[in-house]
Amino acid sequence: MNTHNNNTTFGFWVYLMSDCVLFAALFATYAVLQTQTFGGPGASELFDLNFVLTETLILLTSSFTVGLATIFSLEHKKRATLVALATTFILGLSFVGMEVFEFTHLIAEGSGPSANAFLSSFFVLVGTHGAHVTAGLIWMFVVMLHVMRGSVGNKLYTLSLFWHFLDIVWIFIFTFVYLFGALAL
Amino acid sequence: MLGKLDLSAFIHGPIETVAQLSVVFGVVVVVGLLSYYKAWGWLWREYLTSLDAKKIGIMYIALSFVMLARGAVDAFMMRTQQAIEVGANSGFLSPDHYAQVFTAHGVIMIFFVAMPFMFGLINLIVPLQIGAKDVAYPFLNSMSFWLTVVGAVLINLSLVVGEFAATGWLAYPPLSELQFSPGVGVDYYIWALQIAGVGTLISGINFLVTITTMRLKDMSWMKMPIFVWTVFGAMILVIFAFPILTGTLGLLSLDRIAGFHFFTTDLGGSAMMYVNLIWAWGHPEVYILILPAFGIFSEIVPTFSQKRLFGYTSMVVATLAIVFLSFIVWVHHFFTMGAGADVNAFFGIMTMAIAIPTGVKVFNWLFTMFRGRILFKTPMLWFMGFLTTFVLGGATGVLLAVPGADFQLHNSLFLVAHFHNMIIGGVLFGFFAGFVYWFPKIFGFMLNERLGVYAFWCWIVGFVLAFIPLYILGLMGMTRRLYEVSPQFHPLLVVAGVGAAVIALGMFFQVLQLVVSIWQRKENPAGDNPWNGTHLEWQTSSPPPFDPERSNDGVMVGILAGLFGFAMIWQIWWLAVIGLVGVLAVLIARSFQHHEHS
Amino acid sequence: MDFLKGILHPQGLVAHSELTLMIQATALMLVVLVPVYILIFFFAWYYRAGNTKAKYVPNWQHAKLDELVWWAIPFEIILVLGALTWTSTHQLDPKQPLAISGEPMIVEVVALPWKWLFIYPKEHIATVNYVAFPKDRPIQFQITADAPMNSFWIPELGGQIYAMTGMVTHLTLASDKEGSYQGMSANYSGEGFADMKFKAQSMSEDEFDLWVTEMHAQSHYLEKGAYQTLAKPGTSTVMYYSEISPTLFDDIVRKFNHAR
Repeated sequence: MNTHNNNTTFGFWVYLMSDCVLFAALFATYAVLQTQTFGGPGASELFDLNFVLTETLILLTSSFTVGLATIFSLEHKKRATLVALATTFILGLSFVGMEVFEFTHLIAEGSGPSANAFLSSFFVLVGTHGAHVTAGLIWMFVVMLHVMRGSVGNKLYTLSLFWHFLDIVWIFIFTFVYLFGALAL
Repeated sequence: MLGKLDLSAFIHGPIETVAQLSVVFGVVVVVGLLSYYKAWGWLWREYLTSLDAKKIGIMYIALSFVMLARGAVDAFMMRTQQAIEVGANSGFLSPDHYAQVFTAHGVIMIFFVAMPFMFGLINLIVPLQIGAKDVAYPFLNSMSFWLTVVGAVLINLSLVVGEFAATGWLAYPPLSELQFSPGVGVDYYIWALQIAGVGTLISGINFLVTITTMRLKDMSWMKMPIFVWTVFGAMILVIFAFPILTGTLGLLSLDRIAGFHFFTTDLGGSAMMYVNLIWAWGHPEVYILILPAFGIFSEIVPTFSQKRLFGYTSMVVATLAIVFLSFIVWVHHFFTMGAGADVNAFFGIMTMAIAIPTGVKVFNWLFTMFRGRILFKTPMLWFMGFLTTFVLGGATGVLLAVPGADFQLHNSLFLVAHFHNMIIGGVLFGFFAGFVYWFPKIFGFMLNERLGVYAFWCWIVGFVLAFIPLYILGLMGMTRRLYEVSPQFHPLLVVAGVGAAVIALGMFFQVLQLVVSIWQRKENPAGDNPWNGTHLEWQTSSPPPFDPERSNDGVMVGILAGLFGFAMIWQIWWLAVIGLVGVLAVLIARSFQHHEHS
Repeated sequence: MDFLKGILHPQGLVAHSELTLMIQATALMLVVLVPVYILIFFFAWYYRAGNTKAKYVPNWQHAKLDELVWWAIPFEIILVLGALTWTSTHQLDPKQPLAISGEPMIVEVVALPWKWLFIYPKEHIATVNYVAFPKDRPIQFQITADAPMNSFWIPELGGQIYAMTGMVTHLTLASDKEGSYQGMSANYSGEGFADMKFKAQSMSEDEFDLWVTEMHAQSHYLEKGAYQTLAKPGTSTVMYYSEISPTLFDDIVRKFNHAR
């Protein structure tokens, strides 16, 4: 059973590596296409840095709370684990909510993904991350059920790996897309 | 309600209707036979739901053989068209149908013949060779297989409902964009590859973990058989390359479905971006296929030379060097796109550098034969066929890697001859060799040697007849993908057509060999070690013990993913949601079951 | 002799250099290929199981020196080939001017579905599926597209380059003999691809001037409307235009690329 758990963890690391490659491809696409605004507004005109900074803080906090959940789970504190997970869930949901708000706002302004190649690549890069977070939320819900049943095993550990990974990807998105975009670098 | 799907999707021209009916007929015959012999229960329990890697391996190879027949029919249609199309005779294929045929041929041969054949052999042998009971994640293994099947089913379904892509096997935009390909053909292409590709990625992770963590205690890295090493290298390539394919196809489908502008001609899209991305996957893909073939030969040459493999360490180093180099050569597929001389020269030289480790492998095999006692059984014959053709293909490959030469040879039949040289002479011969070599281990009886020899000679003669003319035609200035050709090319195209017929005869002998061998299986028991092989797989019984573990969930995921793919192709959104949510539900439900396998 | 057509039958500087390069590279590779083929067949024959006189050393599996030798052999060859590649790639860079005298002539090329439009900006004329030029002068083809990706190729004059929307690629060719050469698209671009051929006619300077004069005598104007009809999918016969809209080529490029 022990080797099996190690296998799962190792396999999950390998999966994260392959996911990194996916994001690398999307980052490369964004880097190539970000100047292709075709006369439309560019990154510095479109993005509100304060809004994104709030999103970032929420996601970073959720990474901290999922870490707490892992620690509580190792100490077999079922209730504390659940509370930490629920907090993470709410934070993650707020993040996704804010992203959806940002997207709908942009689309309403006429800067949707079909406007030009720059916006296509922006929506897909950020949206793929958002889709990962959403998948993570579904998974988190399932893990919470497992915690209640006491059958969690190493599921919480792999989930937290995933969550931290998404955090790191987001830091890159925040830096390269929003920060450099706002500074017009 | 049914998206873009309506009755007109079922109505085709006369030639397409033949294809349509033969798919339907084939399905009816198989279903009928299984029902007549009341074999459904047996098939379901023993194979379809089995989690045993060897059973899954057998199914992969069966899938690959079925698709090989389909891909070969496509090839024969192309060769016939080009051979009879002369003067007033315009052949029997319309330009659009011809384009669908060459697109399907390429996609099928790479994704649904070579890949499943490779994963079949890996499933059969890698666990046995490292002394593992099974793979790291048996359920995911079953799921990967079923996702591959879904891809193959979707491609064949395109013969019945709708059409297939008419863009060439890599679907370059802007031709593959909605503007120029408004039908569902490209969508079949995208979703067949997308779903099969996810299966491949999961398999890649599965075998990487299996090889890393499940070897026998005293099998250190440098004691692993070379086949395991090459599979390890190929799986690293899968893990790094396939996400790029997933991403690229995803972007193309967003362009087509949601009006994004990644690769469109207007609003800033860049087709060159697609070409770069698809080859950043596509080049490693070629090495994903060839590395395990190298590994198979590294098993066969020592066995039949009755000698130990020469230069084990060199082989390992060469394998890893190829893994590394294969990621920095992709631009050689489009030297003619107008990049600067520095870029082209760099990628050209890196491409040639791959010839160094490959050359070392050839020398090591040669010096394994040196001072040996060589037995020319069929596996060794396939190796000889490989060596003599592959060295030529390697040389033409190096020639194509020189940008100045490639400006003239690119997109010509010279290029077509080169990559068939590598993929038939290299990959396919390698997998055939592995198949005959390990068949007795898995099934417990020998394959008929004489028919195997016939098949081999037909293949090698057919190969030379079919592809040497293409090299010459390329030098004469003939481009690829032509449904009608200038008269001066005609004589050599007829020779190539004859070559294709000889290959067909070889395939006939292979089918006959299987039938006769199964018929006479009682007379030809294999014993545990018929070839005097030295690696672990020969230490167990033939056939080895099978694991009775099974699960219906792999098939379930396959069916739901198939519905999802079909719905995405025809834009039937409610069905797509059902398919996707269904897959999630099966996987979540699994996490609540108590079981040993994950 | 049909075999001598095409790449093996170069009619201009670029095609000549490219063929020479192929021959040099092939010769270098033969240095390894010939001994390897001899070894393959000799070892297979001599060390066959039936030949009990041949030496048999079942446990020989490692020899540092030998292995070093066959890492070194391909390495050396690739080193030489690499040097050849580096210099030849820079020499044959399609953007580079050719090493022949004569004032370069510019021809703008547009790949349309499924025909080739040639615009002569200085002469103010245009042709479809036919391109004429004087021999012994560098011809600078500036290539774009209003179609899926194609590749511009005249095997007897030299190697190809892609034609893409919103981009201009460059290819400089020259012919040293008068004659008519087959040009084509080498990259699949849809149903009419097989018919996307053109004739490249090399003539003397005088003949070319005469041809231009004759062209001007006709009165086919390639204005916007005529271009839009021409750009519709479909194959085409040879066509001539005695006058063109001067910004036509730039308009076609800019249609897909505002930045230019």
